Amino acid sequence: MHELSIVQGVVEICESAAAGKRVLAVVMEIGALSNVMPDAIEFCFEACTKETLLDGARLVIDRIPGKVHCRKCAAEFTVKAYYEKCPVCGGYKVDILSGEELRVKEMEVE
Amino acid sequence: MCTTCGCGTEENHSHEHGHDHGHDHSHQHERKHDHHHNGVASKTISVETDILAKNNRLAAGNRALFDQKGVFVLNLVSSPGSGKTTILEKTLRDLNEKLSFAVIEGDQQTDNDAVRIAATGVPVKQVNTGAGCHLDAHMICHAMDDFDLDNLDILMIENVGNLVCPATFDLGENHKVVVLSVTEGEDKPLKYPSMFHNADVMLLNKVDLLPHLDFDAEKCKEFARRVNPGIRIFDVSSKSGKGMDAWYEWLAAGTRKQPDSGV
Repeated sequence: MHELSIVQGVVEICESAAAGKRVLAVVMEIGALSNVMPDAIEFCFEACTKETLLDGARLVIDRIPGKVHCRKCAAEFTVKAYYEKCPVCGGYKVDILSGEELRVKEMEVE
Repeated sequence: MCTTCGCGTEENHSHEHGHDHGHDHSHQHERKHDHHHNGVASKTISVETDILAKNNRLAAGNRALFDQKGVFVLNLVSSPGSGKTTILEKTLRDLNEKLSFAVIEGDQQTDNDAVRIAATGVPVKQVNTGAGCHLDAHMICHAMDDFDLDNLDILMIENVGNLVCPATFDLGENHKVVVLSVTEGEDKPLKYPSMFHNADVMLLNKVDLLPHLDFDAEKCKEFARRVNPGIRIFDVSSKSGKGMDAWYEWLAAGTRKQPDSGV
């Protein structure tokens, strides 16, 4: 479960940005194509934040949908995974517009 | 402290530094407004930091060093039991006289695979991840210390057997190579799309067994190309040797593209 490593990264980023202040809430952005499960992130968050500046902080996850652009017919559409075909022309060659995000967006500190 | 990556590893040396290191820090802006929750004043800080930024920075450092030394680096990924180690053993034994190899073996526990690789005469470093499900760029940064990069053509990194987690962590390799064996389901590329999307090459292994199985190889390749239209696919059997020559030619071509190969 690599979500554990991801949450450890979140703690590191937030502790550094908090500069000693207690963190009350963290807002993360997780894309549908990021290979990370939001549920698993929530599961790890409580355990990983114990005895850190984030202890007891609220986790808010912004889920970013996967959006792609078809190289053949230029249609733009939403996908849940990499293999979905273009609903207009049936092609699989697409460019990813969004959905691979894995970021700490902002946080609330005391 | 490690001077390569700034970590606190004390394995090899420990000394004081009179300067600041480039420790990771977030770029942040404090907003002008404050909030009040339950009587506690709070404020929102914009962080906007990619969670993988640290790993990606270390991977970029690895990649720059490999480029500078002219080493062609592959990250072999697959589910457990697809035959990664057997492909490596066969490849090393067949090409050892033509090309100079080193191997990093990633497993949660044991050095069984490193022992197998060492038997081929190729330098090998075992990395045990313990509870960890993947290798990361930091581990590679330290593991490569054991090798003479100046005299190396190809570094093979065998990742932990897992089709999910290793897809997310760049190690600084030139290519991810995903191994799928025909004893698995042909729909694995659809079930684990991130891995097949991020790989440049797929080795369809154990094809000597195809006559005994219902596995539809063409369907499997079609699934892989749905997820990744540009993926390069080689049918191989590390046991019978079938198809290995095409894989070897691709490897040799990869080393020739490296800056200092002199070819």
